[in-house]
Amino acid sequence: MDLNTVWFILIAVLYIGFFVLEGFDFGVGMLLPFLSKHSDPQEQDRLRRTMINNIGPHWDANEVWLLTAGGATFAAFPHWYATLFSGFYLALFLLLAALIVRGVAFEFRSKDDNPRWRRLWDTCIFLGSAVPALLLGVAFANLVRGVPIDAEMHYVGTFFDLLNPYSIMAGLDTVLTFALYGAIFLSLKTKGEVMERAESAAQRLWLPTLVVTVLVLIMTYFYTDILTKLGVNPGFIPIAGAAAFLLSFYFIRRRQMGWAFILVAVSIAFAFLSEFMILFPRVMVSSLNPAWSLTIYNAASSPYTLRVMTIIAVIFLPIVLAYQAWSYWVFRKRISGLPEELTY
Amino acid sequence: MDSLLFARAQFAITTVYHFFFVPLTLGLSVLVALMETIYVRTGRVIYKDMAKFWGKLFVINFAMGVVTGIVQEFQFGMNWSEYSRFVGDIFGAPLAIEALLAFFLESTFLGIWIFGWDKLSKGLHALTMWMVAIGSNVSALWILIANSFMQEPVGYTIRNGRAEMTDFFALLLNPNVQVQFPHTVLAGFTTAAFFVMGISAYHLMRKQNIEFFRRSFQMAAIVGAFAIIMVGLTGHSQAQEMVRSQPMKMAAAEALWYTEDPASFSILTIGDLAQRRDVFAIRIPRLLSLLAYNQLSGEVKGIHDLQAEFEQQYGEGNYIPPVAVTYWTFRMMVGSGILLGWFGLYAVFIVMADLYDNRRWAWRIFPYTIALPYLANTSGWLMTELGRAPWVVYGVMKIEDAISPTVSGGMALFTLVAFTLIYASLMVATIYLLRKFAIAGPKITEVEEPKADVGFVPAAQPAQD
Repeated sequence: MDLNTVWFILIAVLYIGFFVLEGFDFGVGMLLPFLSKHSDPQEQDRLRRTMINNIGPHWDANEVWLLTAGGATFAAFPHWYATLFSGFYLALFLLLAALIVRGVAFEFRSKDDNPRWRRLWDTCIFLGSAVPALLLGVAFANLVRGVPIDAEMHYVGTFFDLLNPYSIMAGLDTVLTFALYGAIFLSLKTKGEVMERAESAAQRLWLPTLVVTVLVLIMTYFYTDILTKLGVNPGFIPIAGAAAFLLSFYFIRRRQMGWAFILVAVSIAFAFLSEFMILFPRVMVSSLNPAWSLTIYNAASSPYTLRVMTIIAVIFLPIVLAYQAWSYWVFRKRISGLPEELTY
Repeated sequence: MDSLLFARAQFAITTVYHFFFVPLTLGLSVLVALMETIYVRTGRVIYKDMAKFWGKLFVINFAMGVVTGIVQEFQFGMNWSEYSRFVGDIFGAPLAIEALLAFFLESTFLGIWIFGWDKLSKGLHALTMWMVAIGSNVSALWILIANSFMQEPVGYTIRNGRAEMTDFFALLLNPNVQVQFPHTVLAGFTTAAFFVMGISAYHLMRKQNIEFFRRSFQMAAIVGAFAIIMVGLTGHSQAQEMVRSQPMKMAAAEALWYTEDPASFSILTIGDLAQRRDVFAIRIPRLLSLLAYNQLSGEVKGIHDLQAEFEQQYGEGNYIPPVAVTYWTFRMMVGSGILLGWFGLYAVFIVMADLYDNRRWAWRIFPYTIALPYLANTSGWLMTELGRAPWVVYGVMKIEDAISPTVSGGMALFTLVAFTLIYASLMVATIYLLRKFAIAGPKITEVEEPKADVGFVPAAQPAQD
């Protein structure tokens, strides 16, 4: 396996890591206004804080997976980085703006008692979670579907070329999946009222998520070259991903949320892995001319840079995984929402 | 519409704004880690209170540094795609390494630090803040390795129209990194020290939590005085490196129109920028040679001579950076630095001679000195980056060749305005919170033995503490 392939896999791992981790904290952010409904504003605030404090220690480190994926794309495939980010310019701007206000909102919302202050930041958390979930689904669908890229590797479309039935449906799918995933996470990490609401949200979200996912799957056969890439029988990964999602309902119904969480995580990971499998060895598909697609060869850095980066990644990625796993171990307990438990 | 202008303005605004928060992070993380370590080693609870109080201000500031940093990671691709294509081989690597080695470290461990007070042993908890401190300072190292390639390209070759890395270690050991990294990090320590001293002085003047703020002031004074002296020394080395690697920047910073040997240092120059000559100037003979070479003579090249040289080497064009901006930002940086040096020594004098009582003048003035490091940090970077013009990578690629050809002026203007508005609103919220918590003061943990601080006033604490 050449280093270009290694880096394609590594970048896929970084994006998948990002979706598997940040997916549930996007979900918690999106569920924030819905699971906290209460006639008593103080009780409502307590419910919200219980939700936010569960992702408090983790959201930032989860987001670094995206930053690292971006940095790794820059280092290993500069043309991919350049074409993607200058091409998806306004979409990326919206993504950045959403992530900016979201991060600040977590940190700031509980540092002042003014209800309007808190409402403002809660809106930022909701939008800052829903908008990226939508946009990332849209962006990844466009990567495989193909966008207008010319012979000079320049994106020659507009913002609205990114919005087509397939990408919008895929965006809707990531939104629903992450919301479901967030609900399962919350039901694992809370007690009492929030837990019950999260469990019932998970039960209600599963079917709509399934419907949209099936639609996206069908559309994938029409809008992408999955047939030539993977064939009518797409192979183990996509099928296992779908099976994991179907099976998750059994555990959601039985309120065995640990299993449900693992299965949905696997289905998210395998769904994006399937997408990267359709993409390979391309990194961006040109809708104008297949020959103009960006690939792991024509978009790559020099072999020397790839070698240096491989050595560094092999040494440090396991260390990162170890201490991040430890941070989840430290905060493994459920939060019941007592005032002394709440930091954010 | 002029997309080059908008892209440059956007980079300037987002970067200056990002670097408004970074220096405090670099220094305050270490100060908070030190405070908590003293608490762990001595068991004195006041140091835990200190770590918590300054830690809360640290966290508010850190959040802004993080979210504005996201834009930094992506805007090279957004607005500077041709730059990204051309140098991605070299410039992307340190950026990716920064994320892998530093961003993960600081974000993971800060999360543990904020939420883990009751979940970890004391020692382990203090260790998490050291990890944050290491993470943020390692991040500074890698981003400066990337920036240094733009200042002084090394370890590369041009192949197939792209710059390709040939020597990773040359990139790491870039002479520019060796002076720029210590200068920047020490500037961060200075920023944090004066931040702590300023807020401490505010409370000492009002005789609130005297014990708490004396100890804070003392620690910051020692760190601050050391840091600002080292900032000066490393700045001197940096200037010498600049004379060698980017003589045009030095000439512009000194408004030195023609080559001189021995070269004079400008105290004040009013120039005619169109004609590129002095209207009025006070200069100290030989001082620039002394600064550049540590001896009383030595040639420092002037703007006109360098322009002629560059035209010969690179062809027709204007190779002169904006002289007025480079000149004045240099003076603003050095001037703030000298003032900070005096205040640092004064603070150490107060601490050493134990002159805390009746220092009303000092307590009144120190809160205002918080602004000086910010002025110096910002003007220093403006000088470094604008003084490199017209180059984005010195001697290799011009700024005008670096922008994204597919991004229209309208798109660049839209994001410029939007980022500016978002950043401005966030700045208002950040300053509101920092001010509120700085003024509210610490929550002091009661301990059994009677305490010396007579001025103890229980501070109002927000419920969510």
